[in-house]
Amino acid sequence: MNRINEIFERKRSILSIYYTAGFPQLKDTLRIAVSLERSGADMLEIGIPFSDPVADGPTIQQSSAKALQNGMTLALLFEQLAELRKDVRIPVLLMGYVNPILQYGIENFCDKCAELGIDGTIIPDLPVREFEDSYRDYFRSKGLANVFLISPNTSKERIEAVEEISDAFIYMVSSASVTGAKAELQEGQQEYYQRIQAMNLSNPKLIGFGISNRKTFEKACSHAEGAIIGSAFINQLNEDPSEDGIREFIHSIKGQ
Amino acid sequence: MSGFSVGQDGYYGSFGGAYIPEMLFPNVEELRHSYLDIIEGDDFRTEFDHLLGTYVGRPTPLYYAQRLSEKHGAKIYLKREDLCHTGAHKVNNTIGQILLARRLGKEKIIAETGAGQHGVATATVCALMGMECVVYMGEIDMARQKPNVERMKLLGAKVRAATSGSRTLKDATNEAMRHWINNPDDTHYIIGSVVGPHPYPDMVTRFQSVISQEVTEQLKKVESRSSPTYVVACVGGGSNAAGAFYHFLDDPQVQLISAEAAGYGIDSGKSAATTFIGRTGVLHGSKTLLMQTEDGQVVEPHSISAGLDYPGIGPLHAHLFDSGRASFYAITDEEAMKAGVELSKLEGIIPAIESAHALAVLSKMNFTAEDIVVLNLSGRGDKDLETYIKWGRY
Repeated sequence: MNRINEIFERKRSILSIYYTAGFPQLKDTLRIAVSLERSGADMLEIGIPFSDPVADGPTIQQSSAKALQNGMTLALLFEQLAELRKDVRIPVLLMGYVNPILQYGIENFCDKCAELGIDGTIIPDLPVREFEDSYRDYFRSKGLANVFLISPNTSKERIEAVEEISDAFIYMVSSASVTGAKAELQEGQQEYYQRIQAMNLSNPKLIGFGISNRKTFEKACSHAEGAIIGSAFINQLNEDPSEDGIREFIHSIKGQ
Repeated sequence: MSGFSVGQDGYYGSFGGAYIPEMLFPNVEELRHSYLDIIEGDDFRTEFDHLLGTYVGRPTPLYYAQRLSEKHGAKIYLKREDLCHTGAHKVNNTIGQILLARRLGKEKIIAETGAGQHGVATATVCALMGMECVVYMGEIDMARQKPNVERMKLLGAKVRAATSGSRTLKDATNEAMRHWINNPDDTHYIIGSVVGPHPYPDMVTRFQSVISQEVTEQLKKVESRSSPTYVVACVGGGSNAAGAFYHFLDDPQVQLISAEAAGYGIDSGKSAATTFIGRTGVLHGSKTLLMQTEDGQVVEPHSISAGLDYPGIGPLHAHLFDSGRASFYAITDEEAMKAGVELSKLEGIIPAIESAHALAVLSKMNFTAEDIVVLNLSGRGDKDLETYIKWGRY
C-alpha cells in the first residue's frame, strides 16, 4: 500500500507541508524534509521550481525564483533525494508545473520517483484528460498517485470525474485564488466545504491555499481529512529556516 | 475546414490543448463551450462587422507597392493593417473579444501587453463599451514604452506593473492569468495573440481572419484571382500571421512565409526565433514550441521589436512549422531596421518594427516577375520612432 493511502487509513487532521526544493539554500531540500518529519508534519510536498508559476502568489513565486537562481533543476532534485528514504518515512509528493517534467520525460520522471520512494505527484497544469489518456497507466504501474485539484467553481460532474481517477486524495483549493497566505478563510467557503462533504466522496480530501495558522488549519480539518500549508511555511523559511524554527512553526499549527 | 484548423480536442497536430490549473478550468471551459455559437451568431456578426467598418476603418486597403515591387522583382501588395484604428491589427481581436465578453455577462476586462499595442487596443474597446479595464505590463516594458502606458491611462484603463520574473511580456501574461484565477466570475481575459489555452488560439485566429477574407476579395478585383503566390507576415505569438494566412491554409498553391525575430542572431543568446531554437513545451496554457533550458525553464527572448519579444509561438504556427506548411525566416534586428527604413523611403510608409521583420524577408527570396506577394503590414511605426532614432541610419 502506498504510504499516502496508509496514512489516511490511520490518521485524521493530517498536516501536509509544501516547500520549494533548493530554497532558501540549494542544499536545504533534504534537510528540511528531515526537520519537518521530526517536527511532526504528516506529509510533504516538495515543489519543483518553475520560471512561470501562474497558479502561485508572490511568496511561492519568489521562493521558486530564488531556487532557480541557486541552480535548482529537476535532475538535481532527484540527486538530492537519492537517500530520501534512509531518513524520511512520511509520504512525500513532488509538486510542480508540467513543463520541467515534460522536458525530463514523463516516463523517466515516474521511474525516478518510484526508485527514490516518492509516493505521489501534484501537477496543477496537467489536465485531467491528458493525464487519463496518456499518462495514467504509467503512473499506476509505478505506484505513483497523481493528485488533482478542485476549486469552489469546479462542477459536480467534474468533481465526480476527479473522484474517479484519484488514487490518493483530492486537493481542495479553498477559494478562487492563487497560493498565498490569507489571514482568514473567505466568504462562501462554508457552503463549498459543506457541498463537498455532502458528496460523500470515497477519496480523502486535503484543503489547501490560504491555510496559514492554527485557526485556519483546524477549520479546514473540520471539513476534510487535513490541510496543506505552503506559503506560510515558505515565509517561515524566509525568517528562520533552522530546525528549531521549523519545529516551532509546526507546533504553532498542530500544538505540542 | 482542414488539417490546419483546430481539432475537437483543441489541438493543431500535436500542439495546443489547455494546460491550465483547475482554478481556470471553469472559465476556459465556458469559453470553449460557447465561443463558436456566439461568434457565428447573426447578431454577433452584424455588430462585429459594423464596428470593424465604422470604428476600426475596415476594410483596410490592399495597396500595390510599385517601387517596392520594382526593387524585389515581384508584384508586392501591402495589406494595410497599419491603418486600423489604434495603429495595428490588434484591435480586430479586442473588438471581437469584448463583444463576446458582454454576451458572457462579464463586467470587467483584463489583458496583458508587451509593447503596449494590445493593451492600447484593449483599453480602447473597454472605453468604447464602458467596461472596467486592467492591463498588466512588465515593469521593464512600462519604462521602455512610456507613451503607450499613458495612452492606456488616457483611455481609462488601469495599468499594473508585472514585477515578477523578467518583468516583460511573459510575466505580464502570468500576472493576468493570476488575476483571472483570483477573479473568475465577473472578468474576461482578452489574450492578445493566438496563444493560451484552447479555445483562445482559434478564437483569436477567427477574429483576425478578416484580414485574409478581405485579401481574397480585394485581390480578385485587381488580379482576377483570389489567392496570391505568397503571403508574408511576422510571427511573435502570431496573431497577424494567423489572420493573414487563414483563408489560404488549405490552398497548397499559396506559400506561407513567417518572419521570426532573430535579435542579434539566431545563436547569439539574444533572439526570439522560437522555431529555430525552441523545443516542444508548455507555457501559458498550451503545448507549443518554446525557448527553454534543458531543465524546462522558459528562456527570456530578445528582439528589438517588443511585439515579437515572446519565448513561444501560437500552437497553430508550431503546427505550420512542424508540418512544413509555412516557411520560417529568422530576421535580425539589423535586417528588420534596414527593411523598415527601406519601406519608409520607397513607399512613404513607416512600418512598425514587427512588420519590418516581414519586409526583411523580401530580399531573402527569389521571386519571378509573375509572383504575387501579399505582405501583411501589421502595424505602423509611430510607436517605434524612438527606436528608429536610436538606430539612426536613415
